[in-house]
Amino acid sequence: MNEQEILEKLAETFRDIFDIPDLVLNPAMTAEDVPEWDSVNHITLIVATEQQFGIKFQTAEIEELKNVGELVHLVKEKTDNN
Amino acid sequence: MSAPELSWLPSRPDWSDALRSIGNTPGPKEWSALVSLANVRLDFVSTLRLDRRLVKLFGDAPPTGLATRSLRLAVLGSSTVDHLFSAIRVGALRRGLWTSLYKTDYGQYSQELFDKNSELRRWKPETVLFSLDARHLLGGFGVNEPADEVNARLDRQIEILVNCWRVAREQLGCRVIQQTALPIFPALLGNNEHRLAGSPARLVGQLNSRLREHADAEGVDILAVDDKVAADGLNAWHDPMLWHRAKQEIHPAASPVYGDLVGRILAAQQGLSSKCIVLDLDNTLWGGVIGDDGLNGIILGQGSSLGEAFVMFQKYVKDLSTRGVILAVCSKNDEANALEPFEKHPEMVLRRSDIACFSASWQDKASAIRDIAKQLNIGIDSLVFVDDNPFERNIVRRELPMVAVPEMPQDPSLYPATISAAGYFESVGLTSEDLARTQQYQANSLREALKVSASDVDGYLKSLGMEMRWSRFQQIDSQRIVQLINKTNQFNLTTRRYSEEEVSAVIAAPGILSLQIRLVDQFGDNGIIALVIGRVVDDTTAIEIDTWLMSCRVLGRQVEQATLNLVVEEAKRLGADRLIGRYRPTAKNRMVENHYPNLGFSPCTVSDGDGQCWELTLAERAPSSTFIKIIEA
Repeated sequence: MNEQEILEKLAETFRDIFDIPDLVLNPAMTAEDVPEWDSVNHITLIVATEQQFGIKFQTAEIEELKNVGELVHLVKEKTDNN
Repeated sequence: MSAPELSWLPSRPDWSDALRSIGNTPGPKEWSALVSLANVRLDFVSTLRLDRRLVKLFGDAPPTGLATRSLRLAVLGSSTVDHLFSAIRVGALRRGLWTSLYKTDYGQYSQELFDKNSELRRWKPETVLFSLDARHLLGGFGVNEPADEVNARLDRQIEILVNCWRVAREQLGCRVIQQTALPIFPALLGNNEHRLAGSPARLVGQLNSRLREHADAEGVDILAVDDKVAADGLNAWHDPMLWHRAKQEIHPAASPVYGDLVGRILAAQQGLSSKCIVLDLDNTLWGGVIGDDGLNGIILGQGSSLGEAFVMFQKYVKDLSTRGVILAVCSKNDEANALEPFEKHPEMVLRRSDIACFSASWQDKASAIRDIAKQLNIGIDSLVFVDDNPFERNIVRRELPMVAVPEMPQDPSLYPATISAAGYFESVGLTSEDLARTQQYQANSLREALKVSASDVDGYLKSLGMEMRWSRFQQIDSQRIVQLINKTNQFNLTTRRYSEEEVSAVIAAPGILSLQIRLVDQFGDNGIIALVIGRVVDDTTAIEIDTWLMSCRVLGRQVEQATLNLVVEEAKRLGADRLIGRYRPTAKNRMVENHYPNLGFSPCTVSDGDGQCWELTLAERAPSSTFIKIIEA
C-alpha cells in the first residue's frame, strides 16, 4: 500500500469517527484544524487505525506524531514490515 | 492482536447505507431500524456511529409504545469508562432496550454513592454497575506482606465492596451489577504464583472468586470480564499503553463485546433472555442428510472427528436443556426420516423426549418456527434458531427479525462455543422452575394442532440474486453427476441409478436430453444441485423424463420451475412437442409425488402402470416466471 492509499483509507476512518462525511484529509492536517479532534477522539483514532491496518503503535511513536502525514508515514512503515 | 468479535452476528455489507437512510424523526420505525442495525457484527467504530444516531434520535426519551422497560443505568467507575458507553447503549439496543446512562465523576464513585445529596442520588438510577479497575481494587496490597495480613486485607476489601452493594440496593433501591477484576498483572513467580500471597496476579483470582461467592449471597449479578479474557486473551481486552495514556482499562476495540455483556444482563433482569433453542437436523445435529444417507450413512459418534464434534454439540444442547432451555426441532424432512435417528441411532445424545416440539415437514422454516412458538405458547422473540444453512438462516432473519439466528461456523467443532459466546440464555438466577420447564412445555405442545401458514418470501428470493448456470452433462463433472444420481433419494422422481459408463453414454449420445444445473446466489456457489435426463420415446415426438433429481438444500427457491423452463427449451431444440414425466414412488421420495401436477402436467391418457405418468404439451406452456436468472455455462 502506498502513502496515498493509506491516506484514503485513513480518511474514511476519520470521517466515521468525527462524523464529518465530507472531511478531506491532507498530510499537513493536525488536531488544531479539526474541532472534533479532541484527546478522547484521538485515542479512538489511534486504536481504529491499529485495528484497520493490523498494526500496533509504540507509546513513544504516538507521542511524537505531529500531523496526519506522519501518521500515514508510520502506518506505511509498519504495514511494509508486516 | 485481534479484537474480540460479536462473532455470532451476521455482517451486513450495506450497513453504512442503511444507517444513513434512517429518518430524522424519532418514531417506532426508526427505532426498529436501529435495533436491526445493532444486530450486526459491529466493530467499535461502527458501534460509535450507530450510537451517535441513537442518541441523536432517542437521546432524551425512548420511542412511544416500547414494549420493554426503559432503564436508568449508573456506571460507577474508578477509571475511564466513557469509552464504553456507546457500546453499552448499543448492547441494550440490540435487545430492544432503551437506556439512559450516568457516570460518576472521575474517582468519585464512592463519594457520590454515600453522599445523600449527590448528583448520582438525584439522578435516581435503577441499576448500578460497579466497573472498578484492578489497580484500584488491589492497589493497597504489598507483595512482601505475609499471607495472613494479605488475606485480612482482602477480607476488608470485600467488606467495603459488599457495603457499597448494600448502599446501592437499600438506599438507592437499585439492582447491582459487579464487574470482575481484569487479570492484568504479570506474574512474579510464574507457574507457582500462588506461593506469593501478596502477588497482584494471584490476588485478582482470589478477589474474583470471593466476589462471586458474595454476589450470590447479596443478590448481585456478576459481569464476568475475567472469563472473557480467559477466552480471548488479555491483549484483546487490555492495552497497558491505553491505560497509561487515558486510564482506559478495557480496550476500546473490546467495547462492543463489553457492551453486549452488559446488555444481556440488563435484558435477563427484565426476563428477556431467550427460552428455547430451535434446531435444524441435517448437518446441524449430525453430518449428512438423513433422507438421503440413511441411518447408517449419517456422520455421528466416535470413529470420525466430525462425528465426535456433532456428539459434543448434542451434549452441549442437552446440558442447556438440563438448565431449563427448551429444545425444539425444525427440519425440512419427512417426519419418519427425521425421527429415525432419535429412535434408533445408538450415538444420539438427544432423544425424542428431550425435544418439546418436533417439527419436520417441507413447509418453509419461518412458518414452521411461528408454529413452534404457538405450540409452546412462548413469545417468538424468545427463540434461537440454529441452522448450518445460510439460506435458511437468512430467510428466518428476514421473515422473523425477532428470532435470534446465530451465524454458524463451518466446523461443527465450534458450534458449542458459538452458541455460548452469543449469551442468548443469560440467566440471573437459576430456579427449580427453570429445570422443570422442558417437560412442561412438551406437554403443552402436544395439545396444539399444527397449522400451516404461508409466509411471503418473494422479496427474499428476489434479493438473493440467484443464477442458474446450466450445461449439458460434461465429462469433467461425471463423478459428481454419478454421485448425485446414486445418492439422492428424496427429491428424485424415478430413483434410477447410473454407473459412470452409463453417464458417459448419455454424454456421447446427441439425441439425449441432459442438464446439469448449478445454483449461484449471494452466499456463493451451491454447486451442481439438479440433474435431468430425458429420452425420445421410440417412434414419437415425445421426450420422457427418465431422471429428474434435485438437492433438498435448494427447495423452495423456484429451482423446479426454472428447471422446467430449461427442459422445455431443450426438448424443443431436440424436436419434441410433448414431455412425459413419471413419478415412481419409493420409501423416501414422497415429497415429490405432486411434482408434475404442481408444474402443470396432466395425467397421461394411456398409463403403462410404471408409477404415475404425467404429460405436458410444449406448445401450450408459457415459461414460469421466477426470480432465477438462467445462464448457459
